[in-house]
Amino acid sequence: MTKFQLITKGLVKDNPTFVLLLGMCPTLATTTSAVNGLSMGLATLFVLVLSNMVISAIAPAVPDKVHIPVYIVVIATFVTVLQFVMQAYTPDVYATLGLFIPLIVVNCIVLGRAEAFASKNGIIDSALDGIGVGLGFTLSLTVIGLVREILGSGSAFGFKFISGDGILAFVMAPGAFLVLGYLMVLFNKIAKKD
Amino acid sequence: MEILLIIVSAIFVNNIVLAQFLGICPFLGVSNKLSTATGMSAAVCFVITLATIVTYLLNNYLLVPLGLEFLQTISFILVIAALVQMVEIVLKKVSPSLYQALGIFLPLITTNCAVLGVAITVVTKEFTFGLPSHMLGLGEAVLYAFATSLGYGLAMVLFSGMREQLSLNDVPKAFKGVPIALVTVSILAMAFMGFSGMV
Repeated sequence: MTKFQLITKGLVKDNPTFVLLLGMCPTLATTTSAVNGLSMGLATLFVLVLSNMVISAIAPAVPDKVHIPVYIVVIATFVTVLQFVMQAYTPDVYATLGLFIPLIVVNCIVLGRAEAFASKNGIIDSALDGIGVGLGFTLSLTVIGLVREILGSGSAFGFKFISGDGILAFVMAPGAFLVLGYLMVLFNKIAKKD
Repeated sequence: MEILLIIVSAIFVNNIVLAQFLGICPFLGVSNKLSTATGMSAAVCFVITLATIVTYLLNNYLLVPLGLEFLQTISFILVIAALVQMVEIVLKKVSPSLYQALGIFLPLITTNCAVLGVAITVVTKEFTFGLPSHMLGLGEAVLYAFATSLGYGLAMVLFSGMREQLSLNDVPKAFKGVPIALVTVSILAMAFMGFSGMV
């Protein structure tokens, strides 16, 4: 796989949300608007790239029996770093995303990439893989957030273009499931040509 | 009264799956059959309650006095992983039949975000439950965790019943599998929205 493919494969072919169905909880919970989805995606990207790099560096030295706990500790460390960074520079975003920032630790995308890719590949490739998968995740979250924001509050990225309220249900829980379900259908139709 | 409010709020109004979006992966993954859904719910119920007791004590008697609250995420996930491992060992010895029934679900609970989610929520968020806004005491925290996991079980069992019916129907190819399941959950979530504002 070339370096370019590493970065682009997450966008469509191995899209973490629509194809691999990973990390569903933050996908549903934080996509109330396009900006929220984008921030959550970037936060995950940050943890993904750094944990991938460190894990690929230490993987040869980690005994097989304890590799999962070791990886989780590495991931949890970067999540804690991310929490500090966000509290310092973007406290508003941190408050909006709330619980789902610490929960990046148990996001199966991060541990999944560590186990499936970073533990077997070099540092540079692992970093590129993290960027690729992270970008795919960010893109999906932004699209879901955008659809929900347009339908639910009549705005896009915070710019209001329909006066009055939207369909409130789309900002709330049922809309999250519904939009994700229908986007998945659309994705199946276009990307897999079902 | 307060106890009743905690139970109703945790099971129905703020249902962990349908309103808080926690534990979605196993919710979609093992809800194909009613029997596996029940087994998973029981295991999650057990681990959430136990993990909350341990992490609550750890947080309030070790992390807070030492000013180490920033270690919450990392220490909680380690506690949960160790706890799940321990439950697995004990269960294997004490009740092999239950261990057999839970099978692969047990180790998977470590990465179920519902467990870490509830553990973090009870030590960081203020609740009201008919009283002025306050941090939960140990008793309330345990009750909240237990009721939340009952809500998880309720959503899981309801949904698996629907999915068993759904598998008999002929759905368009692009909808097969997860997409139609998500649309179904959406309707279930809409039903649960009817409870909002009750507490």
